Amino acid sequence: MSPVQTEARSDPDVVTLPEPATLFAEGVHAWFGDHHVLADVTLEMPARAITALIGPSGCGKSTFLRILNRMHELVPGAALAGEIRLDGVDLYGQQMRATETRRRIGMVFQKPNPFPAMTIRENVLSGLKLSGMKLRNAGDVVERTLTQAGLWTEVKNRLDRPGGALSGGQQQRLCIARSLAVSPQVLLMDEPCSALDPTSTRRIEETMQEIAHFVTIVIVTHNMQQAQRVSQQCAFFNVEEGSPGAIVEIGPTEKIFDDPDDPRTADYVHGRFG
Amino acid sequence: MATSLRARPRFRRAHRRDAKPDPTARRPRRFTRRDGAVLAASAIASGSIVWLLYERILPFAGIQGFLVLWFGTFLAMYGLAVRELEGTLIAKDRVAAAAIGGVSLAIIVPLLAILGYTAWRGAVYLRAHFFTETLEFTGPEDPATSGGGLQAIVGTLEQVGIAAMISVPLGVLTAVFLNEVGGRLRRPVRVFVDAMSGVPSIVAGLFIYIILVVRADWGFSGFAGALALTILMLPTVTRTSEVVLRLVPGGLREASLALGAPEWRTAWNVVLPTARLGIITAVILGMARVIGETAPLIVTTLGNTSLNANPFDGPQDALPLRSYLLFIQGVDNQVNRAWLYAFVLIMLVLILFVAARVLGARRVGGRGERRRTREPSLDPADGVVPVSPAS
Repeated sequence: MSPVQTEARSDPDVVTLPEPATLFAEGVHAWFGDHHVLADVTLEMPARAITALIGPSGCGKSTFLRILNRMHELVPGAALAGEIRLDGVDLYGQQMRATETRRRIGMVFQKPNPFPAMTIRENVLSGLKLSGMKLRNAGDVVERTLTQAGLWTEVKNRLDRPGGALSGGQQQRLCIARSLAVSPQVLLMDEPCSALDPTSTRRIEETMQEIAHFVTIVIVTHNMQQAQRVSQQCAFFNVEEGSPGAIVEIGPTEKIFDDPDDPRTADYVHGRFG
Repeated sequence: MATSLRARPRFRRAHRRDAKPDPTARRPRRFTRRDGAVLAASAIASGSIVWLLYERILPFAGIQGFLVLWFGTFLAMYGLAVRELEGTLIAKDRVAAAAIGGVSLAIIVPLLAILGYTAWRGAVYLRAHFFTETLEFTGPEDPATSGGGLQAIVGTLEQVGIAAMISVPLGVLTAVFLNEVGGRLRRPVRVFVDAMSGVPSIVAGLFIYIILVVRADWGFSGFAGALALTILMLPTVTRTSEVVLRLVPGGLREASLALGAPEWRTAWNVVLPTARLGIITAVILGMARVIGETAPLIVTTLGNTSLNANPFDGPQDALPLRSYLLFIQGVDNQVNRAWLYAFVLIMLVLILFVAARVLGARRVGGRGERRRTREPSLDPADGVVPVSPAS
């Protein structure tokens, strides 16, 4: 990185493009109450790449995703073990605050959830306001993030309309723009397209490809074609009766789909069960 | 055949490419002229039969009994008639609709009667100088049109205003605590709020009277009355706000937290604004709860026929209190004046309601569209529904 940019990053008032970061999970377990739902997950999610988490429902991949930005602990009775490191820094360490973690590791949810009491513009800027960051060049941030999310041309003339008035796919892209506005280093996506039609899905996937060069993306998806289209790396989670969910196989997406090592992976990605 | 129409989609002109004739649009739910005739005939027939039984055969009397019996007989006859014409399924549906409609009517009619009667008795004595004069120089012999109610209007507005200023922040914060923070204290607080809503208003008044008016030696004042009203208003505001906050979808809280927001900012910047219209309703309900309270004011503000605009010193008047004090004098002029005060009180409530709704409905980003997206926005299912087309 050039010294100029380093200089800019040290000034808290200036929002710069984030540095992509590598997220590393080591020996992660999760419990809800006494129920052990996830066992010994070790996974590296490299910078500038899209990692897809696939697997049947209930295998713990969403739980794992929520552990990555400390949303897991919001569930009453939730517990975890293991370490999550963002460029070497332990997210659950003493010096990290949950709010700071979540600001650096954004999240897009299954159901689009723009804030209904806010306009499109306010929705985009809401993360900055909510995390107490100073706001300068608000107009630039709005245009940049909406452009990155592939929504700018559709909404540039109605930024002051409520976010809830957009279509489902547009709302989801607004949510992506909202997440990008706080300049996260990682973006977690929990089945972001499962509530959307194929056209909107395609737009979201294009958006993911465009933003992947400056933000690390981890996506949970039930759509095999989507995992194949967007991701460079795949992790297959599985759960067996009576035991917690765990990773069966990790590998480059092509290998997982064309030549997996584990027969269970092959069965799952090709839709064969039982 | 007719019974299964309900579930079918309506067919409109959809196949214009084909040379088929336009299909007739069927509207299975439409209320036709024949339906109206059946309804009216059932009403008249059942009315006649019940009248015959009631007035000529059975030793009953009284309009209430007649109405109840008539309604029951009407439902039965209407059900039989529709079943004969349309079948059992539709008959059940129509009877249920008629029953619900009748019950709604039974609720609305008394309400309108109260409003109408008060207006009829009170409005005739209303003169413009009611809003500028007081009862200071008006005696029981003066006609109801003389004098005014300024002292009571000012008193009511100040007392309810102060009560709202105290109980709205407290109540909304308590609701936020109950719904957003929680923890071990949630249950006791909720039980306490519930118990508080059961406090009889005179008890709230006497409590303030003993503690502040007598023991603390404040004497009678509008502020003492306002505190008594606060005790009554607080649980209403709290419980209503809590219900409204519970309607805010959890996904919005998650979205906010996932952006790095602390929980207090999530509550303040996301949850409360989303529930704003509901919170305003809670405030209105709270004010409506106390604006007509008379009992606690008797022992706290005492009443005053002359204007005392200072709520912190000396007896103050209030519209319901003055209305009551005039009523118990029993003199015709004073009773008429009491009706006038009651009428003005109702009008004041109406104005407050409308004002609060208008202020509360301010839209996201201007223009009058808020109401369309605003209220459904509390509904979790609403998030994915496109509402307005691009402009």
